[in-house]
Amino acid sequence: MGQQIQVSGLDAYYGKHKAIADISMTIEPQSITAFIGPSGCGKSTFLRTLNRMHEVIPGARVEGKVLLDGEDLYAPDVEPVAVRRMIGMVFQRPNPFPTMSIYENVAAGLRLNGKHSKSNLDGIVETSLKSSNLWNEVKDRLNKPGAGLSGGQQQRLCIARAIAVKPEVLLMDEPCSALDPISTLAIEDLMAELKNQFTIIIVTHNMQQAARVSDRTAFFNLSGQGQPGHVVEMDDTSRIFTNPSQKATEDYITGRFG
Amino acid sequence: MTTIQRISPNRRFKDRLVQFLVYLSFAIAVVPLVAVLWMVIKNGLARFDLEFLTHSMRNIGATDAGGGAYHAIVGTLEQVLLASVISVPIGLLTAIYLVEYGQGTRLSRAISFFVDVMTGIPSVVSGLFILAFWILVLGFSFSGFAGALALSILMMPTVVRSAEEMLLLVPNDLREASYALGVPKWRTITKVVLPTSFSGIATGVMLAIARVAGETAPLLLTVFFTDSINTDPFSGPQMGLPLFVFDQATRPTDTAIDRAWAGALTLILIVMLLNLAARLIGWWRSPAKGR
Amino acid sequence: MATPVRTRDGGSALGRSASRRSRGESPFRYASTGAGIFLLVIMAAIGVFLVVEAVPALQANKGSFFTDLIWEPNGSQIFGIGALAFGTVVSATLALIMAVPVAVGVALFISHYAPRRMAGVLGYVIDLLAAVPSVVYGLWGVIFLVPFMQGPSEFLNEYLGFIPLFGGDLVAGRSMLTASIVLAVMILPIVAAISREVFLQVPRMHEEAALALGATRWEVIKVAVLPFGRPGVISASMLGLGRAMGETIAVALIFPATFGISFEILTPQGNSIAANIANGFGEATPIGRGALIASGLVLFIITLLVNTGARMIVARRKEFSGAAS
Ligand SMILES: Nc1ncnc2c1ncn2[C@@H]1O[C@H](COP(=O)(O)OP(=O)(O)OP(=O)(O)O)[C@@H](O)[C@H]1O
Ligand SMILES: [Mg+2]
Repeated sequence: MGQQIQVSGLDAYYGKHKAIADISMTIEPQSITAFIGPSGCGKSTFLRTLNRMHEVIPGARVEGKVLLDGEDLYAPDVEPVAVRRMIGMVFQRPNPFPTMSIYENVAAGLRLNGKHSKSNLDGIVETSLKSSNLWNEVKDRLNKPGAGLSGGQQQRLCIARAIAVKPEVLLMDEPCSALDPISTLAIEDLMAELKNQFTIIIVTHNMQQAARVSDRTAFFNLSGQGQPGHVVEMDDTSRIFTNPSQKATEDYITGRFG
Repeated sequence: MTTIQRISPNRRFKDRLVQFLVYLSFAIAVVPLVAVLWMVIKNGLARFDLEFLTHSMRNIGATDAGGGAYHAIVGTLEQVLLASVISVPIGLLTAIYLVEYGQGTRLSRAISFFVDVMTGIPSVVSGLFILAFWILVLGFSFSGFAGALALSILMMPTVVRSAEEMLLLVPNDLREASYALGVPKWRTITKVVLPTSFSGIATGVMLAIARVAGETAPLLLTVFFTDSINTDPFSGPQMGLPLFVFDQATRPTDTAIDRAWAGALTLILIVMLLNLAARLIGWWRSPAKGR
Repeated sequence: MATPVRTRDGGSALGRSASRRSRGESPFRYASTGAGIFLLVIMAAIGVFLVVEAVPALQANKGSFFTDLIWEPNGSQIFGIGALAFGTVVSATLALIMAVPVAVGVALFISHYAPRRMAGVLGYVIDLLAAVPSVVYGLWGVIFLVPFMQGPSEFLNEYLGFIPLFGGDLVAGRSMLTASIVLAVMILPIVAAISREVFLQVPRMHEEAALALGATRWEVIKVAVLPFGRPGVISASMLGLGRAMGETIAVALIFPATFGISFEILTPQGNSIAANIANGFGEATPIGRGALIASGLVLFIITLLVNTGARMIVARRKEFSGAAS
C-alpha cells in the first residue's frame, strides 16, 4: 500500500559524466511528489535510479543509498529485476507492446511473475483497467492491438499495465507531455485516485500540473553547464509555489528562466 | 514492512538457461566459420605466390605443379565490371522511378513486387536463363559477356532495393526546398537527391558487386571453362575465379587442391576488399552515422 | 528518344522556360520508367525462355517428368525431377533447421548479450562472413568436412540408428547430412546478420517497458524483442532457405549424385536440382540441356512458392506488427 523512499547521498553517472550529485530526500508513502526543474538537470536520471532502470544504460552507474521502507535497493544481494517489480514506471511516450492486444498488455507483467488462472487474470486486468479509467472505453475490444488506441488511452493502458502487478511505488516521467489537455486531465484525476494505493512520483515541466496534483515538490537545478544536477529545495507544494525559500526556485516557477 | 523478494528460482533458471544457450550458439557458430577462414588462409598461402597471380593454367596438367589463376582473375574482374555497368544504371533508374515518380501507381507496385521476386531467383536459374536466351535462342557463343549478363540479373534487384532505401532516407523538405526555387524535378533528383544519398547508394552497389563476384553457378553455364587467358569478354570462353576454384577442387590431385585453396583465398580477399571499400565509402561521407 | 515539343505557349518567356524544363524532364522520367518496365520484361523473359527451351526436352521425355527417379536425358531420354526436387527441399530444410536457431542465438548474443565494443566488431565480422562466396564453403566441405563426417556419422548410425533418419547399412562422408551442414554453415551468417539488424531496431522504449515491469533479460527478449523481430527473422530464414535451395557449387562438390528418394541422411545418397545442373551441364546433349533447363524451372517455381509463403506469414499478423506505433 505504498512505501516510503529515503534517498541519501546519491550520485549518478553516464560513463565519466556525473549527471546528478549528492541527492538526499524522503518521499512519503501514499502521496504524490513532483520533480520540477529545467531541462537536462537530471530529473529523469534521478527517477530512473529509484527503480534501478538507470543502470541498464551501458556505462551508467549509481553511488549512494536508496531505501525502500528501510531496505537498500542497491545492496549487493538485491536483484534489480525484483526492485522494478516493486517500483513501477510510466514513460514519457506511451509504449504499449505493439505485438500484444490490450488484454495481453495489461497481463504482461503478471504473466512474468508466475502462473495465474484465467479467471484470476481476467479479474486483475479488469480492475487495473477500471483503476486507470480505461475499462469503459476498451472493454469491447480487449483483443485488439494496444497500439490502436489514442495517445491518451495508450498512456492509461501503460498505467494499467504498471499497476496490474501491484507495485508499491509508481514513477511517472512526464506522463502527459505527449498528450492533449483532455487526456492530461484524465490522467491527473487518475493520479489523485491512485495515490491512496501507491506512492507516486511524477516528473513534469508543467507548473500548473505540479501545483494541481502533488503534495510535495522538489526543485532540481544545474549550477552550470556540464555540472551535475542537484536538488535546490524540496517542500510542500503549496509552500514551493507560494513562498519558496530559495530565489532560484522562485525565478523558475515564475518563468524567469528555464 | 514487505521486504524485496528475490525472483523465483524458476525464472532465474530460465534466464540463465537462455543465456547459456545464446552463448552456446555463438560458440557453435564460431567453430565452423573460423575453421573455414583458417583453412582458407592456411592452405591458400601455400600457392598464393607471384606465379599464381601472373600465370594461367595453359599447358598445365592436373598433376603438374605451378600454374595460376591470372586468366580467372582477369575474367572475374571484367565480368563483374560489365555486370555493374549493365545493372547499376538500370537498378538506380528503377529505384528513382519507384521513389520519385511511381509512388503508389499500379506499375510501381508491380515493379516493386517483381523486384522482390527477382531477389529470390537462385543464381543457377539466372545462368540457365542467359543460356536459354542468349546462347541457345539468339545463338551467341559462351563468353565473359554472357556471364556478365547472368550476374547482372542477380545484381539488379539488390541495387534497386538498396538504392530505394537510400532515396527514401532523403528528407522531403530537401526536395520541396528545391522545387520552391523553381528547379525542375529531374534536376532536383540529379543535383539534390542523388548527391545526398550518394554514399549510401555506393555502399549498396559495392556490396552487390561483392556478392556477385563470388557467384559460380551462373558462370558455369555461360562463360564455360578455359585454361587460357582471354582478355576479350565478348568472344570465346572465359574463366572466372569462382569457377577456377570449383574446377580445381574437382581435380583429384594435391597440386590442384592447393590451387583451389589459393583461388579461394584470392576470391575472399577480393570480396573483403570490396566490402571494406563499401564501408569506407559509408564512413567517408557520413562519419556520424556509424553504429 | 524523341522530346515532345509543346508549342502551345511557346514564344512567351514563361513558355520558353517551361518547355526547357520539360525537355529535360521527360527523357529522365521516361528513362526511369523504362528501366522499371525493363525489369518486368526481364522477369517475363526468364519465365518465357526457360519454358521455350524446356518444352522440346519435356516432349522428348520417354518417361514421366514428375514420377521417374532417373535422369538420363542424354541416353535413354528418360528423366524425372522427383529425386532432385526431394534432395533440394530436404537438404535445404535440414540446413535451415540447423542454422536458424543458432543464427538467432548469434544475433541475440551480438545485440543483447555481448559487451558493447565487442558487439560492434562481431557485427562487422558476421557481415563479412555473410559475403564469403559459397564456393569457398563448398571447398571446405569437400576437403575437410566429408572425411571428417565419417566418424560422427558412424557413431550416429551405431547408436541412434533406430531412428529412421540415422538408419541405413552403409554410412559415408558424402551424404545428405554433410551437404546440409555445409549449407547450414553457409546460410548461418546471412540469417544472423539480418536477424541482428532487426533485433537492434527494436525500439528502446519497448524493452524499457518490459524492464520496468520487472522482466529478466530473457523475459525482455521474449516479450519485446522476439515478437517485434519475428517477421524479420522469418524473412531472413526464407532468404536463407532460398539460398540453400539454389546453392549449386557447394553441394555439387559433395552430393554423390544418386537418383533415389531416401530419408536415411547418413548414407551415400543425395542430389539436388542445382547440383545436377552443375554436374550434368558439361556433357549434355540438346535434349539434356533442355531437361536441365526444365529442372531449373522447377527450382525457380519452388523458390517462388517459398518466398510467397514467407510473405504471407509475415503479412498475416501485420495488425500487431508494431509498424503502427
Ligand atoms: N543515455 C544517456 N547517456 C549519456 N548522458 C545522458 C543520457 N541521458 C541523459 N544524459 C545526460 O544526463 C543529464 C541529465 O539528463 P536527464 O535526462 O536526467 O534530464 P532531465 O532533467 O530529465 O531533462 P528533461 O527535462 O529534458 O527531460 C543531461 O546532461 C543529459 O545530457
Ligand atoms: Mg527527462
